[in-house]
Amino acid sequence: MSTSTKGIWKVISASSLGTLIEWYDFYIFGSLATIISEKFFPSTNPTTAFLATLATFAAGFIVRPFGALFFGRLGDIVGRKHTFLLTLVIMGLSTFLIGCIPTYESFAFAPFLILILRLLQGLALGGEYGGAATYVAEHAPANKKGFYTSFIQTTATLGLLLSLIVIITLQKVMTKEDYYSWGWRLPFLLSIVLVIVSIIIRLKMQESPMFKELKSEGKTSSNPIKESFGKKQNLKLVLLALFGATMGQGVVWYTSQFYAQTFLLKTCGIESAQVNTWLGISLVIATPFFIFFGWLSDKIGRKSIMLTGLLLAVFCYRPVFNIFFQDADISNKIELSSNIKIEKKLNKDLPADSLIIKTTVATYTDGSSINLRETYSQETKKLDNIKLIESKKTLTLSSSYQIKFISLMFILVLFVTMVYGPIAAFLVELFPTKIRYTSMSLPYHIGNGVFGGLVPFIATLITLSPNSNYLSGLWYPIGVASVCFIIGLLYLNKKQDA
Amino acid sequence: MLNTIKKYLGVVWILSSIISLIVLIISAVQNIDVNGKLDINKPMPWIIIIGIFMPIAIGLVLFGWYALQEEYSTKK
Repeated sequence: MSTSTKGIWKVISASSLGTLIEWYDFYIFGSLATIISEKFFPSTNPTTAFLATLATFAAGFIVRPFGALFFGRLGDIVGRKHTFLLTLVIMGLSTFLIGCIPTYESFAFAPFLILILRLLQGLALGGEYGGAATYVAEHAPANKKGFYTSFIQTTATLGLLLSLIVIITLQKVMTKEDYYSWGWRLPFLLSIVLVIVSIIIRLKMQESPMFKELKSEGKTSSNPIKESFGKKQNLKLVLLALFGATMGQGVVWYTSQFYAQTFLLKTCGIESAQVNTWLGISLVIATPFFIFFGWLSDKIGRKSIMLTGLLLAVFCYRPVFNIFFQDADISNKIELSSNIKIEKKLNKDLPADSLIIKTTVATYTDGSSINLRETYSQETKKLDNIKLIESKKTLTLSSSYQIKFISLMFILVLFVTMVYGPIAAFLVELFPTKIRYTSMSLPYHIGNGVFGGLVPFIATLITLSPNSNYLSGLWYPIGVASVCFIIGLLYLNKKQDA
Repeated sequence: MLNTIKKYLGVVWILSSIISLIVLIISAVQNIDVNGKLDINKPMPWIIIIGIFMPIAIGLVLFGWYALQEEYSTKK
């Protein structure tokens, strides 16, 4: 089966644009989670709170792998082109409709509809990636699969970046009231424009040459799921792909791009605009490395690059996160001035109590400043009974930290580019054409959706255990990446490392 | 030598799969709390996570079993 590079850039741009939009659609729901939960899932209502939890966990953990199986099977029977076109339509429509649904206040069924649309997003995402990666790889010559598929690998990061840019821009150009009232819907509505453009481009594309050849010879699989997971020869490769590659890649991807962001915002208390801007810059600088490592994997093999990325992540996570924490720790800074303001209000939830809000604004010799807002509850009858009920720290680091923080964030994303850049080519080459879409999609989405998606949950679990500290949550990604490194090092051989 | 290590590590993968599942179930029992506000206190995430981890754990047992059967040996 021969492939030429004629028209390859059209194939790459059509596939990458669609995948980028799907990632954008998936991320804006996560990025706007706070507003969505206030508008659709009020925590005071146990049913909506339950639906919110279901939307968060089921979309990533259950529906993504299910989407991988469902669309993978379809892609191996009907063809790559029509299947990943379908996933794009489902994703685009679901995202657009999320932006159209009235809030819970005016429409009681809104939370159910949002849940269903979020699950459809997860389903579509589960089918998209395998299709795009397979489609590009099947157009690429054997010695350039790593390079060409690496463009698909940039889309997850670029989708995150696009979602951050759209949200930050809207927050800057709109008033707070307008943004909170209706502006948050715009990123969802914008999706339909992007999706229509992408669908028009994809409709003009041809089916993958390898799949076309297979179909014309009548050699396509009639039951790809059974052939992928029911036959030992292929199942052992699926398991190897999961435990020796995608499991570690998933936790490194999640920890470097998302857990780092949450750590800086919540554990270190750094201002969100500063964190998002610095993260955005580091993503822009690091993105070309997906292509570099994809290209390099064609020259020196996929395995060595992916395993080096895993090993570096294992050894560097704790030192890098520790620098973040120490630099943001105000006990390590010398105070220059401070201003304390105390307000007393009635507690609306408990009329017998009053609320004391203490706001401390302090500046430090290194140029950083902090705004610490502590809310205490005080019993009206027993004035000395004061309880701290909420403490919110917003630290604005001095610009002198900018280069250091961007460099550290860049290093974290660089690990992602090492493990993620070559993985599409690695997975594509591992499986035969007739069951490729099904076989590669499942380990990819279990690795990323389940092992990666579990990072915040397991990290919280570890952090709450006795004798833990601010870095303890990292033991989960470090542990998973270490096991994956050992399995990859010992069990992946030259046959699987083209 | 490498093939022997790969073979006997199969036992480690089988055991680590079983241990991970037990740890997950014990953690669920210890952390589910009707008065808790965190995700780890709610039963639904645990049901989903244990439900989805179960086939993954079976997969790891199978991976260990295949390793023991020398399915990943370079001789094959």
